[in-house]
Amino acid sequence: MATLEQRAGNAANEIDERFGSANFVKRSARKIFPDHWSFMLGEIALYSFIILLLTGTFLTLWFTPSQGEVVYEGSYVPLHGLTMSEAYASTLRISFDVRGGLIIRQIHHWAALIFAASMFVHASRVFFTGAFRKPRETNWLIGVGLITLTIIEGLLGYSLPDDLLSGTGFRIAEGVLLAIPLVGTYLSFFLFGGEFPGEDLIPRIYTMHVLLLPGIFLALITAHLMLVWYQKHTQYPGPGRTEKNTVGYPFFPVYTAKAGGFFFIVFGVTTLLSAFATINPIWLFGPYTPTQVTAGSQPDFYMGFLEGVLRLFPNWEIQAWGFTLPLNVLIPTLVIPGLLFTSMALYPMIERWVTGDNSEHHVLDRPRNVPTRTGLGVMAITTWLILLAAGANDVIAITFHLSINAITWFFRIAIFVVPPIAYVVTKRICLGLQRRDRDLVLHGRETGRIVRLPNGEMIEVHEPISETERYKLTAHQVPEPIQLEPSTDTNGIPRRRVLASKMRARASRFYFEDRVPPPTPSDTHELESSGHH
Amino acid sequence: MHEHEHEHEPMHDQPPSHRHGSTRTFVRLLTTPLRALSRRRRSRFAPLVLLLLGLAITGGAYAAVAPPPQAEASTGVASASIKEGRQLYLKNCSSCHGLNAEGTSDGPSLVGVGAAAVDFQVGTGRMPARQDGPQIQRKRVEFTQDEINAMAAYVASLGPGPAVPDKEQLDYADADAAEGGAIYRTNCSMCHNFAGKGGALSRGKYAPSLDGVSPKHIYEAMLTGPQSMPVFGDGTMPPEDKKAIIKYLKITEQEASPGGASLGKIGPVTEGAVGWLVGLGALIACAVWLGAKAR
Amino acid sequence: MTDQNDGTADVAHEPPTATSTSNEEIQRAGGLDDSEAPAPSTTSSGELATRFADPGLPAHTYRRSDIDPAAAKRREREVAALFGLSTLGTLLFIVAYFAVKPADASPSELIARVGLSTKLLGLGLGLSLFCIGAAAIHWAKTLMPDDEVVGVRKPMRSSDEDRREAIAALKEGAAGAGLGRRKLIRNSMLGALAPLGLLAIIPLRDLGPLPGAKLTGTAWKAGKRLISDPAGHPIKAADVPIGGVVHILPEGIEKMEHRLNEEAKATAILIRLAPEDLTRQRADRKGWDVSGIVAYSKVCTHVGCPVGLYEQQTHHLLCPCHQSTFDVERNCAVIFGPAARPLPQLKLTTDSEGYLVAAQDFDEPVGPSYWERG
Repeated sequence: MATLEQRAGNAANEIDERFGSANFVKRSARKIFPDHWSFMLGEIALYSFIILLLTGTFLTLWFTPSQGEVVYEGSYVPLHGLTMSEAYASTLRISFDVRGGLIIRQIHHWAALIFAASMFVHASRVFFTGAFRKPRETNWLIGVGLITLTIIEGLLGYSLPDDLLSGTGFRIAEGVLLAIPLVGTYLSFFLFGGEFPGEDLIPRIYTMHVLLLPGIFLALITAHLMLVWYQKHTQYPGPGRTEKNTVGYPFFPVYTAKAGGFFFIVFGVTTLLSAFATINPIWLFGPYTPTQVTAGSQPDFYMGFLEGVLRLFPNWEIQAWGFTLPLNVLIPTLVIPGLLFTSMALYPMIERWVTGDNSEHHVLDRPRNVPTRTGLGVMAITTWLILLAAGANDVIAITFHLSINAITWFFRIAIFVVPPIAYVVTKRICLGLQRRDRDLVLHGRETGRIVRLPNGEMIEVHEPISETERYKLTAHQVPEPIQLEPSTDTNGIPRRRVLASKMRARASRFYFEDRVPPPTPSDTHELESSGHH
Repeated sequence: MHEHEHEHEPMHDQPPSHRHGSTRTFVRLLTTPLRALSRRRRSRFAPLVLLLLGLAITGGAYAAVAPPPQAEASTGVASASIKEGRQLYLKNCSSCHGLNAEGTSDGPSLVGVGAAAVDFQVGTGRMPARQDGPQIQRKRVEFTQDEINAMAAYVASLGPGPAVPDKEQLDYADADAAEGGAIYRTNCSMCHNFAGKGGALSRGKYAPSLDGVSPKHIYEAMLTGPQSMPVFGDGTMPPEDKKAIIKYLKITEQEASPGGASLGKIGPVTEGAVGWLVGLGALIACAVWLGAKAR
Repeated sequence: MTDQNDGTADVAHEPPTATSTSNEEIQRAGGLDDSEAPAPSTTSSGELATRFADPGLPAHTYRRSDIDPAAAKRREREVAALFGLSTLGTLLFIVAYFAVKPADASPSELIARVGLSTKLLGLGLGLSLFCIGAAAIHWAKTLMPDDEVVGVRKPMRSSDEDRREAIAALKEGAAGAGLGRRKLIRNSMLGALAPLGLLAIIPLRDLGPLPGAKLTGTAWKAGKRLISDPAGHPIKAADVPIGGVVHILPEGIEKMEHRLNEEAKATAILIRLAPEDLTRQRADRKGWDVSGIVAYSKVCTHVGCPVGLYEQQTHHLLCPCHQSTFDVERNCAVIFGPAARPLPQLKLTTDSEGYLVAAQDFDEPVGPSYWERG
């Protein structure tokens, strides 16, 4: 044992003499990480990314990124003798001839779905708990950037095998590029190296998929993690947890074991899923040729909302002065997603402007205590879900024996009606929960014990909640709406930017008009003195 | 938009197909599975072979007692069968299709639709129709094959139309499955999906799943174009192409899914659902376990 | 378990104070508080009256493995068992890799063999990885210290002094470089840097040819026979029954230089309508059919999917991607969905041998709309 310690000491000495690492190790090993299951959602994304790098590298060893035509002579008989691209043929080879090729391909694809899904869930957690607030707006922006890149990276990966679904996806992408005014045809010709499908696309998107975008991902993820490390993790509200401390477990050994172990859990679960569930059976789709298509041509789910807008949008097209503006493509695929992602990216700044809250926040919000934000978030998720479902309207139609036209019309109306309802309902639920919290603090918990008072009245005994619980329910702040400033200042001189301040007052009312202030000690005091329990 | 919800069988000008003696057919049917066996498909095609054997035995037994319907229909030898078919027709079909199959407002004329149309429609249970939706559905077959043959013979006697494919037309053992796959993906998969799982059409109509549909009925459907389906006549889609399609469909239908559960073979929608509910769901469950304090 | 004592040294069951000294962050905290501007305005001196006091971290509850050595031993064995299971998974993977070889399988056994290989490899790998993770987490949760540790969090904002020094350093540097004084250098430097982006963009020009008129024409020419896709049979009018469809390409397309590019534009669908279903055709398209046989581009005018779902009874063509629906009786006018324009029609005629041929190319660009389309 002593020798082991000695050897370790020697090694540490060698390292420290070169890198001066003791200072870093001393600080890092005891760095404190707040612990909560919802803090692992981002880690699922991080680990899925690592899985994607590992399995992706394996796949590149056999994949041939080429649209050169070959006649298939491999193991899979139902495709024997067909002309196909080398990309498709090599994907068949990975699936049937390379030992372990199919399982790695499936891990890669399942990990991609889990990567995207966990990012959506992680972003939702950050949104609903207000973790994006100052000082973490930059990390929110990086996150939005990562989600956007994921959609593009996913589309490229979906297209590489050059099967019938792949090609159909890029056929649609070509249509979208063509719709861009003025430069659309040029962009399309530059991407495809001429006309669709050409012979340049697969090699080009291959480089983007395996080098360019992963590089950007790595850079952004590193920045994201460094900021988390440097700004320290947020924590949920609770007794002992303040804006000036972090409560949790030390980086070494507890967090190292948990986070490190969780990487293996994510990899293991993804692998087990891949062992027992097929994903993207490209041999059934057949090689891409532009004259073929299959029923149920769907993108992977992360593109689903775009597919949904594209299906729902009315067939508007402007033809004037010898030019065509296909609004039926341009708006759903470029304008609407642009607006959605921009408003998502800018949300922290918008909320800060509305609340005028310029202070740092490290203690998270309970979603119910910020009803307007929570309502807006649920509204956004509802919109996303409706569009996702609309993107699968044909599958819904065949599965439930409904009319695809009726479904489309239903979604066309629902997209305007349901999200606002979701907003109002969510906000009401949040306010209701807040009132229940308030009741709990003021009146305690119902015990179910009925007691008869001397005067014959029957009452249920309420048990006061613990101090710890009470603190958790009352620690938050509920701002009051900003009052509109008078249009002239104290000297009677008209203020500038009256419109902006009016808008801000209105927005602030929208956020904070309905409020349930947390009970204060004086409230309970009043209650006690009035003889209530 | 005028939308016919009833059968609308088109006219055909193809001649009735080749005729074969019942014995030859019987022998051929029995040898089919044997040939399949000899082609080293033993283990994987065992179910298919069993199915074919079953078909061969029933078909053979039938063939032994009654000659194939198209033979009678065109030669008029077994007018008894036509008579029986007419009786069945009058009892079960004439209320919609008219006393002389001339068609009414409730059902199209059956003159010239051929025996194949009858065999498909009645043999898959679509006829007699139960009108309860945008499309007449496959359901339990209400007649024996003998009765169907008799009705087919009667309808075929009304005017020339596509005959029920004979055993040789259905012998797809030598067909090129890969070629069939390519033809299938150009002509069929846009409606029936890449794996024959079916797909949605407009206004509640749909292309049905091809799982478990017998080669004869697939062939007949291509020949006659039932309901929404267009006609793929022998002139533009020769019998070899039809056989190749059937072979491709039967091979892929029997084929196990090498990657695990097939998730319905309907594309990325189920994959997305499984990714969220099973994949991410399991991981979140693990995260909750990780975050919970040990006792 | 022995190092549990080390770990508990800086554990605070009480609200955080600056008294614990083993944590470097905490040590620093004392110095910071003096110079730091007051952080969030949310805490003020009057708060005590209006808010409930923070009772501090709840008391630490001990785990069974903390109190009972037997329980701890059990946990230890469980962790070891999980690690052991992981090793078994790795073994399973290695054995399966060498024992199950899809390459040896006959064509008829291929799928079953690949399936078996995939399942065993996945099971082995999955078990191997999952059990390592489960073991590590179980170890951390049950045997490593689970006391919550409190660290000090300093505001992100630097101290005023640091800020002053930083600004002074920058000013000094800028003055040394003479950025303010030497305007010539500054302006010429900006002039040199600004156009650098062009160097990255201009070489992209050769990514592809310019569109020119390439999107307007297809491989269809007057007199080109229609052949069936993919079989390649030429088609006579009599071959097509009423209600029949044929997916078609122009003859000779398979020998063209960029076959797929040409197919992507030329692909079309041929449909035979009954005479009574031809009454609603546009007047200017009279004579474009051959005895009820009409042909339309299969490339959707929305975003380009092949429109191939022909409903024989309603004469509707449906696009499987976004459900645009075209009415063949009315020259493929759009009756539902996001497409804005009818499918272009191919004018048909017959050649001397009676085969169907194109009378001309499409008279408008096929496929999705684009700016210069007009």
